Amino acid sequence: MDALYTLFIAPFADFGFMQRALIGSLMLSLGACPVGVFLMLRRMSLSGDAMAHAILPGAAAGFLFYGLEILPMTIGGLIAGIIVALGAGAVSRFTIQREDASMAAFYLISLAIGVLMVSIRGSSVDLMHVLFGTVLALNNEALALIGGIVAVTLVCLVIFWRALVAECLDPLFLRSVSRLGSPVHFIFLGLVVLNLVGGFQALGTLLSVGLMMLPAAAARFWTVRVEPMCVLAVLIGFASCIAGLLLSYHASLPSGPAIILSAGVVYFASILFGTRGVLRARIVHHRHRTA
Amino acid sequence: MTNACLTFRDLTLGYGSHPAIHHLDGTIRKGSLTAVVGANGSGKSTLMKGIVGVLKPMAGSVIRAPGVRAAYLPQQSELDRSFPARVVDLVSLGLWPKRGMLGRYTKEDRDSVSQALMAVGLGGFEKRPIDTLSGGQLQRTLFARVLLQDADLILLDEPFNAVDAKTVGDLIALIKRWHGEERTIMVVVHDLDLVRQNFPETLLLARQPVAWGETKETLRPENLLRARRFHEAWEENAPWCEPEGHDYGHVHGHDHVHDHHHGSGPRAA
Repeated sequence: MDALYTLFIAPFADFGFMQRALIGSLMLSLGACPVGVFLMLRRMSLSGDAMAHAILPGAAAGFLFYGLEILPMTIGGLIAGIIVALGAGAVSRFTIQREDASMAAFYLISLAIGVLMVSIRGSSVDLMHVLFGTVLALNNEALALIGGIVAVTLVCLVIFWRALVAECLDPLFLRSVSRLGSPVHFIFLGLVVLNLVGGFQALGTLLSVGLMMLPAAAARFWTVRVEPMCVLAVLIGFASCIAGLLLSYHASLPSGPAIILSAGVVYFASILFGTRGVLRARIVHHRHRTA
Repeated sequence: MTNACLTFRDLTLGYGSHPAIHHLDGTIRKGSLTAVVGANGSGKSTLMKGIVGVLKPMAGSVIRAPGVRAAYLPQQSELDRSFPARVVDLVSLGLWPKRGMLGRYTKEDRDSVSQALMAVGLGGFEKRPIDTLSGGQLQRTLFARVLLQDADLILLDEPFNAVDAKTVGDLIALIKRWHGEERTIMVVVHDLDLVRQNFPETLLLARQPVAWGETKETLRPENLLRARRFHEAWEENAPWCEPEGHDYGHVHGHDHVHDHHHGSGPRAA
């Protein structure tokens, strides 16, 4: 019993920074994982990655002017992300170019600007910090920010749920009954940016997309409905955060990658053992019903 | 004109600067059942998109009678079949005009979904994931959604493609039921025998209306021959169609079929 306590409870009970890391990452999962499910279902999984790069110059600008302060970096990242999301979304909606191409173009430009800005003043250590984050250094300000982002995300998801599902399932139908198609698309892109920005203080710009996509991708192997898929993704996100933080604590590993790798383990397990996974598909094939 | 459901005023629809529907005038009467026929590229689907409002007119307008709600079944659905949804989720989208984005689905709504599925012969399919449906089953599911939309104006773009004979019969029966309920229906069809048997009125298109009215009259051999001579391709350097160029004497770069039937709607009694 004592061993279990030392293993699982003590790190969080004894250290304030671990508690804050736990609260922050759990809140992040609550918002980012459902958003990730919709990103995946819209076949925009890689767009999340692109967006994560895209917010770099904004964060870098905040960093250049104010140092490692969370608010300027967050607001900067938010602005950069929204410009790229709106720009890429608008190009794909109003020209013949598909969103994948316009997104690639916008984020590459944005990323180049970001790297340029960081390299003008900072050292590569600073860049590493922006790119990979530090979940163990979350202060109360950061926690409040993440809490706000999660609240906004959940409220938006609840309000726009039906429109979001319709826009994914049958966009042309939605356009024929309502004018909400384009607004919903942009609101959704806004949520993606918001959650990535929320995540980058904790996990960094590159890994925050991991917490968004990996639980979603894993949940896809277990269910054929959207609602359970979102719930499951959140639960997988929770489990990954807890496991990652403990791993990081006991094995002295960097916390961000530990969380994402935990989610990665769940993903591979899901591929193999999920109800729609590889093994199940192989086994069930031997037997079939009469109708 | 008081009982017009749709009025086309000098309507030109197209892509780029090239018209796919060129200067269409006329009306669709309330409660009418019209088949829209014509060769590939003659503007049938374009007209449907224009009526729904998915495609904005290059010139002229489509005027819907006030309060008319449209349901549209496109030829090329943008439906994502890999989306994790069940038949009931897909059909329930048809409740949108009634419940909107936030309205709760009531017990009554759920019953009407089941009834709609029953009506298209898919009773008990509620829980099936949509990626397990056959092409014909999916088409019937989409019909159920149209049914649920409870629209006054129903636009079906080639609804019988890849559908077996029995299902075509079922769907025709459903269309006739709608017709009996005084709904206005336009259907893009390729099978002329089907049109002759089931549709009172026909619009024969070749970028412009070749003939429009009672089916028997419209589908006469000389009209069909004229429609067949229609030149599908755009000409990159076709002259611009000037406002005054809409005169009858004007020679256009592409072949105009000068049988405009101006202001004429279906002239069936």
